[in-house]
Amino acid sequence: MTIAEQGRPAQGRSAASSGKRPSRLFRNPMSKIASIPMIFTAVVIFLGGTVWTVIYSFTSSGLLPRLNWVGLAQYDRLWTSRKWIVSIENLGIYGICSLIGTLLIAFTLAALLDRKIRGEDTFRTIFLYPFALSFIVTGLVWQWILNPELGLQHIVRGLGWTTFNFDPLNNPSIVMYGLLIAGLWQGTGLIMCIMLAGLRGIDEDIWKAARVDGIGTVKTYIRIIIPMMRPVFVTSLVLIGAGIVKLYDLVVAQTSGGPGISSEVPAKYVMTAMFGGQNLGQGFAASTMMLVTVVIILIPWAYLEFGGKKRG
Amino acid sequence: MANPGTLAPAVAANRDMSGPRGAKPKRAFSRANIIVYGTLIVVAIYYALPLYVMIVTSLKGMPEIRMGNIFSPPMEITFEPWVKAWSQACTGINCDGLSRGFWNSVNILIPSVLISIAVASVNGYALSMWKFKGSELFFTILMIGAFIPYQIMLYPIVILLREAGLYGSLTGLVLVHVAFGMPINTLLFRNYFSSIPEELFKAARVDGAGFWAIFFRIIMPMSLPIFVVALIIQVTGIWNDFLFGVTYISSPDRYPMTVQLNNIVNSVQGVKEYNVNMAATLLTGLVPLVIYFASGKLFVRGIAAGAVKG
Repeated sequence: MTIAEQGRPAQGRSAASSGKRPSRLFRNPMSKIASIPMIFTAVVIFLGGTVWTVIYSFTSSGLLPRLNWVGLAQYDRLWTSRKWIVSIENLGIYGICSLIGTLLIAFTLAALLDRKIRGEDTFRTIFLYPFALSFIVTGLVWQWILNPELGLQHIVRGLGWTTFNFDPLNNPSIVMYGLLIAGLWQGTGLIMCIMLAGLRGIDEDIWKAARVDGIGTVKTYIRIIIPMMRPVFVTSLVLIGAGIVKLYDLVVAQTSGGPGISSEVPAKYVMTAMFGGQNLGQGFAASTMMLVTVVIILIPWAYLEFGGKKRG
Repeated sequence: MANPGTLAPAVAANRDMSGPRGAKPKRAFSRANIIVYGTLIVVAIYYALPLYVMIVTSLKGMPEIRMGNIFSPPMEITFEPWVKAWSQACTGINCDGLSRGFWNSVNILIPSVLISIAVASVNGYALSMWKFKGSELFFTILMIGAFIPYQIMLYPIVILLREAGLYGSLTGLVLVHVAFGMPINTLLFRNYFSSIPEELFKAARVDGAGFWAIFFRIIMPMSLPIFVVALIIQVTGIWNDFLFGVTYISSPDRYPMTVQLNNIVNSVQGVKEYNVNMAATLLTGLVPLVIYFASGKLFVRGIAAGAVKG
């Protein structure tokens, strides 16, 4: 109540101004005042911060940011650094597998849940709970399950298959798949929920028509339902893509980038350069490259989403 | 198991005879249903397994763990790992357990959540009912900001916070959480408020109510569900944060729980106590898990509302 009373003085002003309708600039001033935090965040932090980092990526900043222009030298160094190349390759492997894996698993689960089954809520609760957990928790749990001496490998060997070998976290060539297992476990639930919402939005008549035409369930999904769910798939792709580029916490918790540098990722490279190595310029250049990656992902999406409708 | 298989055709035929009228009969044991339920149950076990492993490991003693099976239930239940994780686990030279991280996280969480919901709801309200020139532009920048890798904005924020004398403090981290929680929550509130009938808003204007009066007296009381959804998103998001905690907190004394957990479990010195590690991991995951299981459908609605339009 008291807070509402405080709003009173502003009331009179805005009501009066809208009554007379003067220039647009002075309409609802309170709305503009109330939006200051948003404007500040959008313009200064998001836009300003991004531009600032891109500009400083062309300098030789080390411990402190300095405007000593060095052109593309930081980028040259970046792309000759083996750690960065490994990071990019890792992200590529993880990204492709995670994208395909998430879409496949999430859609299959959503389709199964959509078959009017009993206990749907229970299943959905189980599939989605990992999403409530942080990547740190996820990484640490899977680090323990994949522990070679006491975890999964040990159990399977104990069952009689003594040559069973699955130790991804200590094997440089498959370490990214160890991360993938954890990443998929954490993230598929969300996409499944989005897909399920999409499936629920499909008209029941489509199913009836397909049945009348004698088209099988699986074929109906592949030929009719999936093409109809294009917007849902696009949203999922963007969400998965944005998540992949941000991959950081999981790596820190599960492998710390090891063994050696075999599970390094770009986000971790940036953090190490900026806050660990006192090598700001490298961090700025690397994060600019991350931005470029996201822009490459986002442009086709923005085009698909908005280009057709508004400008077409 | 042979029974259901042979029964299925008969049931199916029966259904065809009865025609399309009435509710669809349940074919409990058709082959398709066995495949559907079978797959779902297997996958559900796989998804539930890590939580189960965390729980059983945290209740075992170290000798039992070394003997062997991470999936077996504890023979002797002990709560010692939990006590140790909470009050004795070491990070570096400090050995007062995760409790410190927990309270740090609580101190970060409460102001961050309250401020970010207050700011985001007002943003959403202004964007949906009091549009002004450029408001959509700022909103678009805000939404694009949500997709840009945070790494690119990390250092400029360090400078801003240092200029304000807040770098390394909990207050600084709170402000960072407010800023980065803004896109998703503003979107959430904006979309929800847009669905409120315009007549209601117009009637209030005719009665002389202004910006704040309409917000506090009309919009807020009828938007309780969306505030709960925002609350859930923010609590889990901020509690689970690692990146900002590790970047903007300079002293290990003030690290949030996730950062401290990682330091405890991944510390290289000493013998690895897996039961204490799992108890610590579970403790850190407990807050979001409780919220998740308690909120049920609202959680799903929250993330779907945030995600689908994202």
